[in-house]
Amino acid sequence: MLSVDKLTKVYKTGDKALTDVSFTVPKGQVVGLIGPSGAGKSTLIRCVNRLVEPTEGTVRLNDLDITRLRAGELRRARRRIGMIFQEYALVERLTVMENVLSGRLGYVPFWRSFTRRFPGEDIAKAFRLLDRVGLSAHADKRADALSGGQRQRVGIARALEQDPELLLVDEPTASLDPKTSRQIMRLIVEICRESGLPAIINIHDVVLAQQFADRIIGLQAGRVVFDGPATGLTEAVLTQIYGEEDWTAMRQAAAEDEAAEAEQRDEAKKMMRAL
Amino acid sequence: MTDTAAPVSPGMSPGTYPTRWKRPPQMIKSRFWRYALAIGALVWLVLALGTIEVNWQRVMVGMERGQRFIAGFLQPDFTTRWRDISTGLIESLTMTLTSTVVGVLISIPIGIGAARNVAPRWIYAICRGIIAVSRALQEIIVAIFFVALFGFGAFAGFLTLTFATIGFIGKLLAEDIEDIDESQAEAIRATGASWFQLINYAIQPQVMPRLIGLSLYRLDINFRESAVIGIVGAGGIGATLNTALNRYEYDSAGAVLLIIIAIVMISEYSSGYLRRWVQ
Amino acid sequence: MSVTDIPAAERPVWHHRTLLGRLAIYAGWLGLVALFVWCWNIMTERTMWVFVYDAPHAAADLASRAWPPRWSYMDRLWQPLWDTINIATLGTLLGIVLAVPLAFLAASNTTPSRMILRPVALFCIVASRSINSLIWALLLVSILGPGILAGILAIGFRSVGFIGKLLYEAIEETDIAQIEAITATGATKAQILNYGIVPQVLPSFYGISVFRWDINIRESAILGLVGAGGIGAQLQASLNVLAWPQVTLIILVILATVVVSEWVSARVRHAII
Repeated sequence: MLSVDKLTKVYKTGDKALTDVSFTVPKGQVVGLIGPSGAGKSTLIRCVNRLVEPTEGTVRLNDLDITRLRAGELRRARRRIGMIFQEYALVERLTVMENVLSGRLGYVPFWRSFTRRFPGEDIAKAFRLLDRVGLSAHADKRADALSGGQRQRVGIARALEQDPELLLVDEPTASLDPKTSRQIMRLIVEICRESGLPAIINIHDVVLAQQFADRIIGLQAGRVVFDGPATGLTEAVLTQIYGEEDWTAMRQAAAEDEAAEAEQRDEAKKMMRAL
Repeated sequence: MTDTAAPVSPGMSPGTYPTRWKRPPQMIKSRFWRYALAIGALVWLVLALGTIEVNWQRVMVGMERGQRFIAGFLQPDFTTRWRDISTGLIESLTMTLTSTVVGVLISIPIGIGAARNVAPRWIYAICRGIIAVSRALQEIIVAIFFVALFGFGAFAGFLTLTFATIGFIGKLLAEDIEDIDESQAEAIRATGASWFQLINYAIQPQVMPRLIGLSLYRLDINFRESAVIGIVGAGGIGATLNTALNRYEYDSAGAVLLIIIAIVMISEYSSGYLRRWVQ
Repeated sequence: MSVTDIPAAERPVWHHRTLLGRLAIYAGWLGLVALFVWCWNIMTERTMWVFVYDAPHAAADLASRAWPPRWSYMDRLWQPLWDTINIATLGTLLGIVLAVPLAFLAASNTTPSRMILRPVALFCIVASRSINSLIWALLLVSILGPGILAGILAIGFRSVGFIGKLLYEAIEETDIAQIEAITATGATKAQILNYGIVPQVLPSFYGISVFRWDINIRESAILGLVGAGGIGAQLQASLNVLAWPQVTLIILVILATVVVSEWVSARVRHAII
């Protein structure tokens, strides 16, 4: 369980990115974090594993106060929190397998990671995860040889290789096409359901968030302006979060995407029938 | 952390997946060549290290000199030889500026001529030839010849640096012109422009900032080189340094070296600043 | 309403730049010309123009004495040539060994101490870069005595600055997202270096090293002029006795070596990238 209490972040430039953000995520819940760009979504999830140092407030993971840890303890805490990134953030010049195994870095001593001699069970787990995300044939390829959707699958496998108790997901679909976006979101949510893994998914696409998240938190200018089930996202709430124009434009774009995808599906069905 | 730490359904036992993985070789795929190269490199290293002869007695004597040199470097003497140092410095600086200006002026037509997309075949061949000769010949060797032909002094140094600048700027300028955005050149060509108008409107605006940047960079290099070619008699601060070292005046030599380092640092910093400002 | 309908006085006149801007640019060019003329005068103060006017004649004379090259001298060049290649290669290796730690100390994203170690590392890099390998050789020969050891050290010390500078710039240009992702797994500093930074920098590292090796072949060919071993020593000896046909041969050999090394380095860099 994750609880965030009165979290505030002020950058050195004086910009207030987060103000008094509080919420708790129980085991197994998938939370969609929505809001316009610049609302502080990215800062918020980076404050959880302290890639960004929060200014005030506390973050607790199963009674462990993350905000107070010293460097060594913080590393041990970080390995319990898996993170999936926008633009994948794979180490491009390493192989897919090395990228997945890098999820174990917090658990193995330096010489093992340096010589790439990870324990057998870690390697078996990495193969199993690659199989789970559908990439078992690509283990020895270099990460930059994969397509966008495949890379994000490697990113998911890397996060799961950590045996995480919490998943932080930062705009997983930002650089993917609508169809692949849906597949990736479905995969993440399925994996969370399978193992009761809580997740915070930071996502700008409201329609995707509504479709896949159990609960939505809406951020606007660093404050929580909505916290509730996906069904509670009314027009009024969305207009408050995004502003009138942006919201209408976004809804139209999403409708077009969906229509296009439906059309493709019909097309495929027709072809299947023709066969 | 145990109860929450099983992310994936343990439906499959871990035994069904391999527990060993080796990173595939990235560069040389063939095992034979990997070993052959490694052994070859080892043999070479042993042979090469074997050719080093060290006369330890000489080194012991030299150590004392080394200490004096370090002392001279830490306590440089600017005053005793100031006249020599200042003449050398002025020669170096003037040589640097004039050779860069003349070199850049000459290398502009040569660079244009060496760009495949704007020059006719035969001009291209000639200009590439000039650039290749200028780049292949070491400054020092060129300086030796110019000193033999024009006598000792800064003029030989000026010619050497000009000659080296032509190869450097000419090559990079030609590459820049070859890399320009073809669509812009197309657009200008489509207006019915002449060859000179094409150069003026399509090439110059794209290449000019880079050319200024390269010239500033070459100014930097020319100053550094001017400190070297003096050793073979082509004037400048290198001659002063050589004299100081020949007389074992390490404190004066230290002063010259510090001046060179300072000027290089200043020129590098300011040319970096100027280049950012131009681009 | 078309443009011609506007009264002439109000019709916009198009200028390439504003008046002030144009004046500033003209003034700049004028200043450069003046500076050039001034420098030219100072530089040529002590030039003996007699020699300069005589140069074409002297060149013809020199050419007639230097051609044809004395091919039989080749037998005495193989050993110095081997030394030259060894000086360049061992010197490059020495430069790499010294430059890699310096580069990590100098890069703003990997340096352990921004206030002390980084400026020291940066100064070492600049100092090494501003002193040409020939000057390093001059110093080292006067300390260690003539021989290829002085040459190797001279090449090595000069390479430190070159490799160090390019490498630390490459380290600073690494993609932060990849490093952040490795940090987020709970990796230690050494592991972040090993997994996040080194793979990103490795291709430029190979490229830089091979490039420097190519330059070092050129430089080691002339180090012998000041006594630091290699083929330059033969050049110096031949120049001293005015044996121009030998000089011609040596220069041809140097040129051939340079061309071959440039070809090798281009091939290797092409294969890596």
